[in-house]
Amino acid sequence: MDIASLFDDVKRMNKRQFLYQVLSFGMIVSSALMIWKGLMVVTGSESPIVVVLSGSMEPAFHRGDLLFLTNYPDEPVRVGEIVVFKVEGRDIPIVHRVLKLHERENGTVKFLTKGDNNSVDDRGLYAPGQLWLTKRDVVGRARGFLPYVGMVTILMNEYPKFKLSVLGCLGFYVLVHRE
Amino acid sequence: MHSILQRGNAILAYTLSVLACLTFVCFASTVLLNYRTHADLNTVKVVVKNVPDYSASREKNDLGFLTFDLHTDLSHLFNWNLFLYLTAEYETANNKLNQVVLWDKIILRGENAVLDFKNMNTKYYFWDDGNGLKGNNNITLTLSWNIIPNAGLLPNIFAHGSHSFQFPVDYTTSRMVRLN
Repeated sequence: MDIASLFDDVKRMNKRQFLYQVLSFGMIVSSALMIWKGLMVVTGSESPIVVVLSGSMEPAFHRGDLLFLTNYPDEPVRVGEIVVFKVEGRDIPIVHRVLKLHERENGTVKFLTKGDNNSVDDRGLYAPGQLWLTKRDVVGRARGFLPYVGMVTILMNEYPKFKLSVLGCLGFYVLVHRE
Repeated sequence: MHSILQRGNAILAYTLSVLACLTFVCFASTVLLNYRTHADLNTVKVVVKNVPDYSASREKNDLGFLTFDLHTDLSHLFNWNLFLYLTAEYETANNKLNQVVLWDKIILRGENAVLDFKNMNTKYYFWDDGNGLKGNNNITLTLSWNIIPNAGLLPNIFAHGSHSFQFPVDYTTSRMVRLN
């Protein structure tokens, strides 16, 4: 395709039409943001969809699988569940399974996790001196699973140039083409 | 005429929507299945010791040892990967609820799902959070599984049938107890 013809649509637009294009572009971005924030409200989790980044839960989850989380405060944590938790000093949340749990009369819970594919529990991954996780550390609990889809995110995070070019192309396409 | 970009776009969009449809059908065809079944559990040898827990607080905690029998047939209920785990659940003076996973196993699709274990050792140490195991007369063993589908929900399911046992009222001091 001829490069110049790409701009044909733009050339035919007047100022108002071009502004309309920019607005519709803004619309796409803001609705994506709204869906994300809406999911946060519905699921109660600060990060309702996460991508599995490591192989520590194989063969259940592989790198690039997508997990849907919920984090309702009145839902108790139980052994065998897959929780996503944050550890002080680590940016990336960890997805592992609850191995041990002790709950007191007043409802405070402490628990220990382990990755299915790891041979030892997670005490070595926690912050120095931390022996247990509590409810505060939990980002969410895995409820749904979709394979491979998160690979796109991993690609984009590992190759920032790829991310920029994809986003650039999409933005360009939306701006230049008329509905 | 259609440009290459438009053709590529159409093909990609069509492929993605077909894949999404297939994935949804995959999810819908299994979401209503009943994944429960029976499991027979029994404990063979049960002892309790009081030793320092160097992996945690370094205080002297109760450490239980047990061997168990497990018989169950899971072959008819799953077509995906399964994560099996055996939980001990009990109450102590310190804690209203304690759950400790003693043993687990991953069964992939196609693998043998008829389990018949005799006198099995546990895989993980049975540490209590304190001294609540000695003489504890209501420890319940349950088998559960977490189903990992191709796509969809991740249910945790309890087996029908559990086994309750008690720990002896005295600590064992012999060094003969081993956990392989």
